[in-house]
Amino acid sequence: MASVFSGAPPMSGPGYSFKQTPTVASSGNREHSFYPYTDNGGSTLGISGADFTILAGDTRSTSGYNINTRYAPKLFKIGSEGPDGAGARIVLSVVGFAADGDALKERLDTIVKMYKYQHGKPMSVAACAQRLSHILYNKRFFPYYVHAILGGLDEEGRGALYSYDPVGSYEREQCRAAGAAASLIMPFLDNQVNLKNQYMPGSGVGHALEQRVPEPLPKKDVEELVRDAFTSAVERHIEVGDGLQMMIITKDGIQETFNKLKED
Amino acid sequence: MDSLVSHYSRPAFRSEGYSQDEQQELSEIAPSLSLKFALPPVAQSSAWLRSMTDDYSNPNCPIKIAHGTTTLAFRFKGGIIVATDSRATAGNWIASQTVKKVIEINNCLLGTMAGGAADCQYWLAYLGMQCRLHELRHKRRISVAAASKLLANLVYSYKGMGLSMGTMCAGVTPQEGPALYYIDSDGTRLAGNLFCVGSGQTFAYGVLDAEYSYDLSDEAALELGRRSILAATHRDAYSGGFINLYHVKEDGWVKHGFSDTNPIFWKTKLEKGEFSNVTADLE
Repeated sequence: MASVFSGAPPMSGPGYSFKQTPTVASSGNREHSFYPYTDNGGSTLGISGADFTILAGDTRSTSGYNINTRYAPKLFKIGSEGPDGAGARIVLSVVGFAADGDALKERLDTIVKMYKYQHGKPMSVAACAQRLSHILYNKRFFPYYVHAILGGLDEEGRGALYSYDPVGSYEREQCRAAGAAASLIMPFLDNQVNLKNQYMPGSGVGHALEQRVPEPLPKKDVEELVRDAFTSAVERHIEVGDGLQMMIITKDGIQETFNKLKED
Repeated sequence: MDSLVSHYSRPAFRSEGYSQDEQQELSEIAPSLSLKFALPPVAQSSAWLRSMTDDYSNPNCPIKIAHGTTTLAFRFKGGIIVATDSRATAGNWIASQTVKKVIEINNCLLGTMAGGAADCQYWLAYLGMQCRLHELRHKRRISVAAASKLLANLVYSYKGMGLSMGTMCAGVTPQEGPALYYIDSDGTRLAGNLFCVGSGQTFAYGVLDAEYSYDLSDEAALELGRRSILAATHRDAYSGGFINLYHVKEDGWVKHGFSDTNPIFWKTKLEKGEFSNVTADLE
Protein backbone atom coordinates (compact mmCIF):
# COMPACT_ATOMS: atom_id res chain seq x y z
CA MET A 1 0.00 0.00 0.00
CA ALA A 2 2.84 2.33 0.72
CA SER A 3 3.58 2.96 -2.96
CA VAL A 4 0.16 4.54 -3.43
CA PHE A 5 1.03 7.43 -1.14
CA SER A 6 4.72 7.69 -1.90
CA GLY A 7 4.45 10.26 -4.70
CA ALA A 8 7.09 8.42 -6.70
CA PRO A 9 6.30 7.69 -10.35
CA PRO A 10 4.85 4.23 -10.92
CA MET A 11 7.18 1.39 -11.83
CA SER A 12 10.87 1.54 -11.08
CA GLY A 13 11.78 4.51 -13.27
CA PRO A 14 13.86 7.46 -12.05
CA GLY A 15 12.28 10.03 -9.76
CA TYR A 16 11.77 13.38 -11.47
CA SER A 17 10.63 15.30 -8.44
CA PHE A 18 13.06 17.37 -6.39
CA LYS A 19 11.61 15.70 -3.34
CA GLN A 20 13.56 12.60 -2.46
CA THR A 21 11.08 9.79 -2.06
CA PRO A 22 11.91 6.45 -0.56
CA THR A 23 11.99 3.70 -3.18
CA VAL A 24 11.07 1.11 -0.60
CA ALA A 25 8.45 1.43 2.08
CA SER A 26 9.94 2.49 5.37
CA SER A 27 9.38 0.09 8.19
CA GLY A 28 9.05 1.52 11.66
CA ASN A 29 10.97 4.51 12.99
CA ARG A 30 14.10 5.76 11.31
CA GLU A 31 16.71 7.61 13.26
CA HIS A 32 18.51 10.41 11.45
CA SER A 33 22.01 11.04 12.69
CA PHE A 34 23.25 14.54 13.44
CA TYR A 35 25.28 15.60 10.42
CA PRO A 36 25.98 19.33 10.48
CA TYR A 37 28.64 19.45 7.75
CA THR A 38 28.75 19.87 3.97
CA ASP A 39 31.92 19.68 1.93
CA ASN A 40 31.91 22.73 -0.31
CA GLY A 41 34.96 21.55 -2.25
CA GLY A 42 37.56 23.83 -3.77
CA SER A 43 41.22 24.16 -3.01
CA THR A 44 43.61 26.69 -1.51
CA LEU A 45 47.34 27.05 -1.48
CA GLY A 46 49.99 29.26 0.06
CA ILE A 47 53.68 29.83 -0.62
CA SER A 48 56.01 32.09 1.36
CA GLY A 49 59.09 33.82 -0.02
CA ALA A 50 61.91 36.00 1.30
CA ASP A 51 59.80 39.16 1.64
CA PHE A 52 56.29 38.14 0.60
CA THR A 53 53.60 35.49 1.03
CA ILE A 54 51.13 34.44 -1.64
CA LEU A 55 47.82 32.80 -0.85
CA ALA A 56 45.47 31.56 -3.52
CA GLY A 57 42.18 29.76 -3.81
CA ASP A 58 39.65 28.90 -6.46
CA THR A 59 36.20 30.49 -6.17
CA ARG A 60 33.90 27.57 -7.01
CA SER A 61 31.52 26.38 -4.32
CA THR A 62 29.96 22.94 -4.68
CA SER A 63 27.81 20.54 -2.75
CA GLY A 64 27.90 17.05 -4.11
CA TYR A 65 27.87 17.32 -7.91
CA ASN A 66 26.06 20.68 -7.87
CA ILE A 67 27.86 23.95 -8.36
CA ASN A 68 26.28 26.44 -5.97
CA THR A 69 28.11 29.50 -7.25
CA ARG A 70 31.12 30.36 -9.39
CA TYR A 71 32.25 33.15 -7.09
CA ALA A 72 32.58 32.35 -3.40
CA PRO A 73 35.93 33.67 -2.13
CA LYS A 74 37.98 31.48 0.19
CA LEU A 75 40.54 34.17 1.02
CA PHE A 76 39.84 36.75 3.71
CA LYS A 77 41.76 39.81 4.88
CA ILE A 78 42.06 39.78 8.64
CA GLY A 79 42.08 42.88 10.85
CA SER A 80 41.33 45.46 8.15
CA GLU A 81 40.12 48.98 8.95
CA GLY A 82 37.03 49.08 6.75
CA PRO A 83 34.78 46.97 4.58
CA ASP A 84 37.17 47.36 1.62
CA GLY A 85 39.89 45.52 3.50
CA ALA A 86 42.32 48.46 3.75
CA GLY A 87 45.08 48.25 6.34
CA ALA A 88 45.04 44.46 6.67
CA ARG A 89 48.39 42.66 7.00
CA ILE A 90 47.19 39.09 7.47
CA VAL A 91 45.25 36.79 5.16
CA LEU A 92 43.29 33.72 6.19
CA SER A 93 42.28 31.06 3.70
CA VAL A 94 39.75 28.41 4.61
CA VAL A 95 38.55 25.41 2.65
CA GLY A 96 36.11 22.68 3.63
CA PHE A 97 32.69 23.69 4.95
CA ALA A 98 32.13 27.31 3.88
CA ALA A 99 29.78 28.20 6.75
CA ASP A 100 32.33 27.04 9.33
CA GLY A 101 35.00 28.89 7.38
CA ASP A 102 32.97 32.09 7.49
CA ALA A 103 32.33 31.73 11.22
CA LEU A 104 36.03 31.14 11.80
CA LYS A 105 37.00 34.18 9.74
CA GLU A 106 34.55 36.40 11.64
CA ARG A 107 35.94 35.22 14.98
CA LEU A 108 39.57 35.76 14.06
CA ASP A 109 38.85 39.12 12.41
CA THR A 110 37.08 40.42 15.54
CA ILE A 111 39.90 39.26 17.79
CA VAL A 112 42.62 40.85 15.65
CA LYS A 113 40.66 44.13 15.52
CA MET A 114 40.03 44.12 19.28
CA TYR A 115 43.74 43.50 19.83
CA LYS A 116 44.60 46.57 17.76
CA TYR A 117 42.07 48.80 19.56
CA GLN A 118 43.31 47.70 22.97
CA HIS A 119 47.06 47.65 22.38
CA GLY A 120 47.36 50.40 19.77
CA LYS A 121 49.45 48.19 17.49
CA PRO A 122 48.63 45.49 14.98
CA MET A 123 48.83 41.84 16.06
CA SER A 124 51.95 39.98 14.89
CA VAL A 125 51.45 37.03 12.56
CA ALA A 126 52.98 34.64 15.10
CA ALA A 127 50.49 35.75 17.76
CA CYS A 128 47.59 35.60 15.31
CA ALA A 129 48.68 32.11 14.26
CA GLN A 130 48.69 30.84 17.83
CA ARG A 131 45.34 32.47 18.54
CA LEU A 132 43.82 30.82 15.47
CA SER A 133 45.06 27.48 16.76
CA HIS A 134 43.28 28.14 20.06
CA ILE A 135 40.04 29.15 18.33
CA LEU A 136 40.08 25.88 16.41
CA TYR A 137 40.93 23.85 19.50
CA ASN A 138 38.13 25.47 21.49
CA LYS A 139 35.87 23.46 19.23
CA ARG A 140 37.84 20.25 19.73
CA PHE A 141 34.68 18.29 20.57
CA PHE A 142 32.53 19.86 17.83
CA PRO A 143 35.13 20.77 15.22
CA TYR A 144 35.09 23.39 12.51
CA TYR A 145 35.18 21.37 9.27
CA VAL A 146 37.95 23.47 7.75
CA HIS A 147 41.57 23.38 6.67
CA ALA A 148 42.96 26.83 7.35
CA ILE A 149 46.10 28.49 6.04
CA LEU A 150 47.28 31.80 7.49
CA GLY A 151 49.72 34.09 5.68
CA GLY A 152 51.54 37.33 6.46
CA LEU A 153 54.95 38.81 7.14
CA ASP A 154 56.84 38.04 10.35
CA GLU A 155 58.60 40.58 12.61
CA GLU A 156 61.72 40.48 10.41
CA GLY A 157 59.67 41.14 7.26
CA ARG A 158 60.04 37.60 5.90
CA GLY A 159 57.12 35.70 4.44
CA ALA A 160 55.27 33.67 7.07
CA LEU A 161 52.87 30.85 6.33
CA TYR A 162 51.03 28.69 8.88
CA SER A 163 48.87 25.66 8.11
CA TYR A 164 46.27 24.05 10.37
CA ASP A 165 44.34 20.82 10.75
CA PRO A 166 40.61 21.04 11.66
CA VAL A 167 41.25 20.99 15.42
CA GLY A 168 44.15 23.41 15.53
CA SER A 169 47.50 21.67 15.27
CA TYR A 170 49.66 24.08 13.35
CA GLU A 171 53.08 24.45 11.79
CA ARG A 172 55.02 27.16 9.98
CA GLU A 173 55.92 26.02 6.46
CA GLN A 174 57.27 27.22 3.11
CA CYS A 175 54.28 25.96 1.15
CA ARG A 176 51.00 24.17 1.70
CA ALA A 177 48.01 23.14 -0.38
CA ALA A 178 44.66 22.32 1.25
CA GLY A 179 41.23 21.18 0.22
CA ALA A 180 39.86 18.91 -2.47
CA ALA A 181 42.88 19.07 -4.78
CA ALA A 182 45.53 19.10 -2.06
CA SER A 183 46.65 15.62 -3.08
CA LEU A 184 47.16 16.86 -6.64
CA ILE A 185 48.87 20.15 -5.82
CA MET A 186 51.03 19.28 -2.80
CA PRO A 187 53.35 16.82 -4.61
CA PHE A 188 53.92 19.46 -7.30
CA LEU A 189 54.80 22.01 -4.63
CA ASP A 190 57.13 19.57 -2.83
CA ASN A 191 59.02 19.17 -6.07
CA GLN A 192 59.05 22.79 -7.24
CA VAL A 193 59.32 24.73 -3.97
CA ASN A 194 61.14 22.36 -1.60
CA LEU A 195 63.00 20.73 -4.54
CA LYS A 196 62.19 17.22 -3.29
CA ASN A 197 63.77 14.48 -5.46
CA GLN A 198 65.70 17.04 -7.48
CA TYR A 199 69.44 16.51 -7.69
CA MET A 200 72.42 18.64 -8.66
CA PRO A 201 73.07 18.14 -12.39
CA GLY A 202 76.32 16.24 -12.97
CA SER A 203 76.77 15.26 -9.30
CA GLY A 204 76.96 11.61 -10.29
CA VAL A 205 74.63 8.64 -10.47
CA GLY A 206 72.93 6.41 -7.89
CA HIS A 207 74.10 7.06 -4.34
CA ALA A 208 76.48 9.83 -5.43
CA LEU A 209 73.57 12.09 -6.42
CA GLU A 210 73.46 15.32 -4.45
CA GLN A 211 70.14 16.76 -3.33
CA ARG A 212 69.41 20.30 -4.52
CA VAL A 213 69.10 22.76 -1.64
CA PRO A 214 65.84 24.77 -1.60
CA GLU A 215 65.99 28.56 -1.25
CA PRO A 216 63.22 31.18 -1.22
CA LEU A 217 61.81 31.75 -4.71
CA PRO A 218 61.30 35.16 -6.36
CA LYS A 219 57.75 36.52 -6.45
CA LYS A 220 57.35 36.19 -10.23
CA ASP A 221 58.23 32.48 -10.15
CA VAL A 222 55.86 31.81 -7.27
CA GLU A 223 52.96 33.50 -9.07
CA GLU A 224 53.62 31.26 -12.07
CA LEU A 225 53.73 28.17 -9.85
CA VAL A 226 50.39 29.09 -8.30
CA ARG A 227 48.76 29.57 -11.70
CA ASP A 228 50.19 26.28 -12.99
CA ALA A 229 49.07 24.43 -9.88
CA PHE A 230 45.50 25.64 -10.25
CA THR A 231 45.14 25.23 -14.02
CA SER A 232 46.39 21.67 -13.58
CA ALA A 233 44.05 20.95 -10.66
CA VAL A 234 41.10 22.25 -12.70
CA GLU A 235 41.89 19.72 -15.42
CA ARG A 236 41.66 16.77 -13.04
CA HIS A 237 39.30 17.73 -10.22
CA ILE A 238 35.58 18.41 -10.58
CA GLU A 239 35.34 20.58 -7.47
CA VAL A 240 37.98 23.07 -8.60
CA GLY A 241 37.45 25.76 -11.21
CA ASP A 242 35.71 29.00 -12.26
CA GLY A 243 38.07 31.59 -10.80
CA LEU A 244 41.47 31.98 -9.17
CA GLN A 245 41.69 34.49 -6.36
CA MET A 246 45.20 35.43 -5.28
CA MET A 247 46.45 37.65 -2.48
CA ILE A 248 50.07 38.80 -2.38
CA ILE A 249 51.22 40.14 0.97
CA THR A 250 54.26 42.42 0.91
CA LYS A 251 55.49 45.24 3.15
CA ASP A 252 53.42 47.63 0.99
CA GLY A 253 50.16 45.84 1.81
CA ILE A 254 47.98 43.23 0.18
CA GLN A 255 47.58 43.07 -3.57
CA GLU A 256 44.55 41.10 -4.70
CA THR A 257 44.21 39.61 -8.17
CA PHE A 258 41.52 37.59 -9.87
CA ASN A 259 41.88 35.35 -12.93
CA LYS A 260 39.42 33.20 -14.82
CA LEU A 261 39.71 29.44 -14.66
CA LYS A 262 37.80 26.95 -16.79
CA GLU A 263 34.10 26.91 -15.96
CA ASP A 264 33.19 23.36 -16.97
CA MET B 1 11.32 60.66 36.50
CA ASP B 2 14.34 60.06 34.26
CA SER B 3 15.49 57.27 36.51
CA LEU B 4 12.05 55.68 36.35
CA VAL B 5 11.99 55.90 32.55
CA SER B 6 15.49 54.46 32.22
CA HIS B 7 14.58 51.68 34.60
CA TYR B 8 11.61 50.54 32.54
CA SER B 9 12.84 51.29 29.02
CA ARG B 10 15.49 49.54 26.98
CA PRO B 11 18.28 51.20 24.99
CA ALA B 12 17.56 51.09 21.27
CA PHE B 13 20.50 48.89 20.34
CA ARG B 14 20.72 46.56 23.29
CA SER B 15 20.56 43.24 21.55
CA GLU B 16 22.83 44.25 18.69
CA GLY B 17 26.43 43.16 18.29
CA TYR B 18 28.40 41.38 20.96
CA SER B 19 27.21 41.29 24.56
CA GLN B 20 29.39 42.51 27.43
CA ASP B 21 30.45 38.97 28.25
CA GLU B 22 31.21 38.17 24.65
CA GLN B 23 33.25 41.36 24.25
CA GLN B 24 35.15 40.53 27.39
CA GLU B 25 35.81 37.03 26.12
CA LEU B 26 36.96 38.25 22.72
CA SER B 27 39.24 40.93 24.13
CA GLU B 28 40.95 38.86 26.78
CA ILE B 29 44.56 38.39 25.91
CA ALA B 30 44.74 34.73 26.85
CA PRO B 31 41.96 32.62 25.41
CA SER B 32 40.07 30.58 27.95
CA LEU B 33 42.13 27.43 28.33
CA SER B 34 40.64 24.14 29.46
CA LEU B 35 37.27 25.81 30.01
CA LYS B 36 34.15 26.11 27.91
CA PHE B 37 34.77 23.86 24.94
CA ALA B 38 31.95 23.94 22.42
CA LEU B 39 29.92 20.71 22.42
CA PRO B 40 27.66 19.35 19.68
CA PRO B 41 23.91 19.42 20.46
CA VAL B 42 23.57 15.64 20.84
CA ALA B 43 23.23 13.30 23.80
CA GLN B 44 26.38 11.27 23.19
CA SER B 45 28.94 13.86 22.13
CA SER B 46 31.91 11.49 22.29
CA ALA B 47 30.17 8.91 20.08
CA TRP B 48 29.30 11.65 17.62
CA LEU B 49 32.87 12.95 17.62
CA ARG B 50 34.13 9.44 16.95
CA SER B 51 31.80 9.01 13.98
CA MET B 52 33.04 12.31 12.53
CA THR B 53 36.76 12.04 13.20
CA ASP B 54 37.87 8.47 13.93
CA ASP B 55 39.52 7.24 10.76
CA TYR B 56 40.05 3.78 12.23
CA SER B 57 36.40 2.96 13.01
CA ASN B 58 35.03 4.86 10.01
CA PRO B 59 37.36 5.23 6.98
CA ASN B 60 34.84 7.63 5.37
CA CYS B 61 34.81 10.05 8.28
CA PRO B 62 34.61 13.65 7.06
CA ILE B 63 37.16 15.23 9.38
CA LYS B 64 40.58 13.67 9.27
CA ILE B 65 42.73 14.56 12.25
CA ALA B 66 46.51 14.37 11.91
CA HIS B 67 47.93 11.22 13.62
CA GLY B 68 50.69 8.64 13.66
CA THR B 69 54.15 8.54 15.10
CA THR B 70 57.18 6.92 16.52
CA THR B 71 58.65 8.57 19.61
CA LEU B 72 61.13 7.29 22.18
CA ALA B 73 62.95 8.43 25.27
CA PHE B 74 65.34 6.65 27.58
CA ARG B 75 67.35 7.41 30.69
CA PHE B 76 71.08 6.63 30.83
CA LYS B 77 74.06 7.77 32.87
CA GLY B 78 74.53 10.95 30.81
CA GLY B 79 70.92 12.11 31.13
CA ILE B 80 67.95 11.39 28.82
CA ILE B 81 67.78 10.88 25.07
CA VAL B 82 64.57 11.93 23.33
CA ALA B 83 64.06 11.02 19.67
CA THR B 84 61.10 11.19 17.29
CA ASP B 85 60.20 10.90 13.63
CA SER B 86 58.36 13.78 11.93
CA ARG B 87 55.49 12.34 9.89
CA ALA B 88 51.81 13.27 10.39
CA THR B 89 49.15 11.26 8.59
CA ALA B 90 45.44 11.88 8.06
CA GLY B 91 44.08 8.55 6.85
CA ASN B 92 46.45 7.41 4.11
CA TRP B 93 47.42 10.97 3.25
CA ILE B 94 50.76 12.20 4.56
CA ALA B 95 49.70 15.55 5.97
CA SER B 96 53.24 16.64 6.82
CA GLN B 97 56.81 15.31 6.85
CA THR B 98 58.19 18.14 8.98
CA VAL B 99 56.28 18.01 12.27
CA LYS B 100 58.17 19.02 15.41
CA LYS B 101 57.13 16.19 17.73
CA VAL B 102 59.42 17.24 20.54
CA ILE B 103 57.78 20.13 22.33
CA GLU B 104 60.07 22.40 24.32
CA ILE B 105 58.09 23.12 27.48
CA ASN B 106 60.96 25.11 29.00
CA ASN B 107 64.76 24.95 28.87
CA CYS B 108 64.89 21.89 31.14
CA LEU B 109 61.67 20.06 30.23
CA LEU B 110 60.69 18.30 27.02
CA GLY B 111 57.42 16.72 25.97
CA THR B 112 56.87 14.35 23.06
CA MET B 113 53.90 14.13 20.77
CA ALA B 114 52.05 10.96 19.73
CA GLY B 115 48.37 10.56 18.89
CA GLY B 116 46.34 13.65 17.98
CA ALA B 117 48.71 16.44 16.93
CA ALA B 118 46.42 19.22 18.12
CA ASP B 119 45.77 17.57 21.49
CA CYS B 120 49.48 17.26 22.21
CA GLN B 121 50.37 20.73 20.94
CA TYR B 122 47.61 22.43 22.88
CA TRP B 123 47.92 20.61 26.18
CA LEU B 124 51.71 20.64 26.28
CA ALA B 125 51.62 24.40 25.64
CA TYR B 126 49.09 24.62 28.47
CA LEU B 127 51.44 22.56 30.65
CA GLY B 128 54.25 24.96 29.76
CA MET B 129 52.10 27.82 31.01
CA GLN B 130 51.30 26.02 34.27
CA CYS B 131 54.98 25.21 34.79
CA ARG B 132 55.94 28.86 34.37
CA LEU B 133 53.23 29.92 36.82
CA HIS B 134 54.52 27.35 39.33
CA GLU B 135 58.00 28.81 38.87
CA LEU B 136 56.78 32.37 39.53
CA ARG B 137 54.70 31.36 42.55
CA HIS B 138 57.26 29.14 44.27
CA LYS B 139 60.51 30.72 43.06
CA ARG B 140 61.85 27.39 41.83
CA ARG B 141 61.38 25.15 38.85
CA ILE B 142 58.63 22.56 38.94
CA SER B 143 59.74 18.93 39.34
CA VAL B 144 59.17 16.57 36.42
CA ALA B 145 56.98 14.43 38.67
CA ALA B 146 54.73 17.38 39.43
CA ALA B 147 54.62 18.58 35.84
CA SER B 148 53.71 15.15 34.52
CA LYS B 149 51.03 14.82 37.19
CA LEU B 150 49.48 18.16 36.17
CA LEU B 151 49.13 16.77 32.67
CA ALA B 152 47.90 13.36 33.81
CA ASN B 153 45.19 14.89 36.03
CA LEU B 154 44.18 17.23 33.24
CA VAL B 155 43.71 14.53 30.61
CA TYR B 156 41.99 12.31 33.19
CA SER B 157 39.36 15.00 33.68
CA TYR B 158 38.58 14.74 29.96
CA LYS B 159 38.51 10.92 29.99
CA GLY B 160 35.98 9.45 27.55
CA MET B 161 35.61 12.72 25.64
CA GLY B 162 37.85 11.57 22.79
CA LEU B 163 41.26 13.10 23.50
CA SER B 164 44.07 11.04 21.99
CA MET B 165 47.61 11.52 23.21
CA GLY B 166 50.57 9.46 24.28
CA THR B 167 53.28 11.68 25.62
CA MET B 168 56.54 11.49 27.52
CA CYS B 169 57.85 14.18 29.84
CA ALA B 170 61.61 14.25 30.16
CA GLY B 171 63.52 16.70 32.32
CA VAL B 172 66.22 17.25 34.87
CA THR B 173 65.76 18.96 38.23
CA PRO B 174 68.20 19.24 41.16
CA GLN B 175 65.90 17.29 43.51
CA GLU B 176 65.13 14.40 41.10
CA GLY B 177 68.04 14.22 38.68
CA PRO B 178 67.05 13.09 35.20
CA ALA B 179 63.40 11.94 35.27
CA LEU B 180 61.18 10.39 32.64
CA TYR B 181 57.40 9.93 32.73
CA TYR B 182 54.88 8.43 30.31
CA ILE B 183 51.37 9.93 30.26
CA ASP B 184 48.51 8.97 27.97
CA SER B 185 44.94 10.11 27.40
CA ASP B 186 43.52 7.15 29.33
CA GLY B 187 45.06 8.75 32.41
CA THR B 188 48.05 6.41 32.72
CA ARG B 189 51.14 7.96 34.28
CA LEU B 190 54.27 5.88 34.66
CA ALA B 191 57.82 6.64 35.73
CA GLY B 192 60.46 4.62 33.92
CA ASN B 193 63.84 4.32 32.24
CA LEU B 194 62.76 3.58 28.69
CA PHE B 195 59.61 4.21 26.68
CA CYS B 196 58.58 4.04 23.02
CA VAL B 197 55.20 5.44 22.01
CA GLY B 198 53.20 5.43 18.80
CA SER B 199 52.35 3.25 15.83
CA GLY B 200 56.04 2.41 15.35
CA GLN B 201 56.77 1.72 19.01
CA THR B 202 57.26 -2.03 18.60
CA PHE B 203 59.96 -1.57 15.95
CA ALA B 204 61.74 1.02 18.08
CA TYR B 205 61.55 -1.23 21.18
CA GLY B 206 63.13 -4.04 19.14
CA VAL B 207 66.30 -2.10 18.51
CA LEU B 208 66.33 -0.21 21.80
CA ASP B 209 65.89 -3.25 24.05
CA ALA B 210 68.62 -5.14 22.19
CA GLU B 211 71.26 -2.44 22.51
CA TYR B 212 70.27 -0.47 25.61
CA SER B 213 72.46 -0.21 28.67
CA TYR B 214 72.44 2.42 31.41
CA ASP B 215 76.19 2.97 31.05
CA LEU B 216 76.10 4.08 27.43
CA SER B 217 78.36 7.00 26.44
CA ASP B 218 76.66 10.20 25.19
CA GLU B 219 77.61 9.47 21.57
CA ALA B 220 76.50 5.84 21.73
CA ALA B 221 73.19 6.83 23.35
CA LEU B 222 72.44 9.44 20.67
CA GLU B 223 73.29 6.93 17.96
CA LEU B 224 71.02 4.32 19.57
CA GLY B 225 68.13 6.79 19.66
CA ARG B 226 68.68 7.64 16.02
CA ARG B 227 69.01 3.97 15.00
CA SER B 228 65.80 2.97 16.81
CA ILE B 229 63.76 5.67 15.08
CA LEU B 230 65.34 4.68 11.77
CA ALA B 231 64.21 1.07 12.26
CA ALA B 232 60.67 2.27 13.00
CA THR B 233 60.51 4.58 9.96
CA HIS B 234 61.69 1.65 7.84
CA ARG B 235 59.00 -0.80 8.96
CA ASP B 236 56.07 1.45 9.99
CA ALA B 237 54.29 3.19 7.13
CA TYR B 238 52.85 5.79 9.50
CA SER B 239 56.35 6.91 10.56
CA GLY B 240 58.98 8.70 8.51
CA GLY B 241 60.35 12.05 7.43
CA PHE B 242 63.08 13.44 9.65
CA ILE B 243 64.73 12.25 12.86
CA ASN B 244 64.49 14.77 15.67
CA LEU B 245 67.08 14.18 18.41
CA TYR B 246 67.44 15.78 21.83
CA HIS B 247 69.73 15.15 24.78
CA VAL B 248 68.50 16.30 28.21
CA LYS B 249 71.42 17.10 30.50
CA GLU B 250 71.75 18.56 33.98
CA ASP B 251 71.93 22.13 32.72
CA GLY B 252 69.08 21.81 30.22
CA TRP B 253 68.43 20.10 26.91
CA VAL B 254 70.59 20.19 23.78
CA LYS B 255 69.20 19.70 20.29
CA HIS B 256 71.09 17.29 18.02
CA GLY B 257 69.52 18.04 14.68
CA PHE B 258 66.43 17.45 12.58
CA SER B 259 67.88 15.17 9.91
CA ASP B 260 66.40 13.50 6.84
CA THR B 261 65.97 9.71 7.24
CA ASN B 262 66.81 8.78 3.65
CA PRO B 263 70.55 9.67 3.66
CA ILE B 264 70.86 8.20 7.18
CA PHE B 265 69.27 4.97 5.98
CA TRP B 266 71.68 4.58 3.05
CA LYS B 267 74.65 5.53 5.21
CA THR B 268 73.61 2.88 7.77
CA LYS B 269 73.20 0.29 5.05
CA LEU B 270 76.25 0.97 2.92
CA GLU B 271 78.80 1.88 5.60
CA LYS B 272 77.72 -0.43 8.43
CA GLY B 273 76.24 -3.25 6.37
CA GLU B 274 72.92 -3.23 8.26
CA PHE B 275 69.53 -3.59 6.55
CA SER B 276 71.04 -6.36 4.40
CA ASN B 277 67.52 -7.41 3.33
CA VAL B 278 67.40 -4.26 1.20
CA THR B 279 69.13 -4.45 -2.17
CA ALA B 280 71.25 -1.46 -3.12
CA ASP B 281 71.41 -2.13 -6.86
CA LEU B 282 68.68 -2.92 -9.31
CA GLU B 283 69.86 -6.15 -10.97
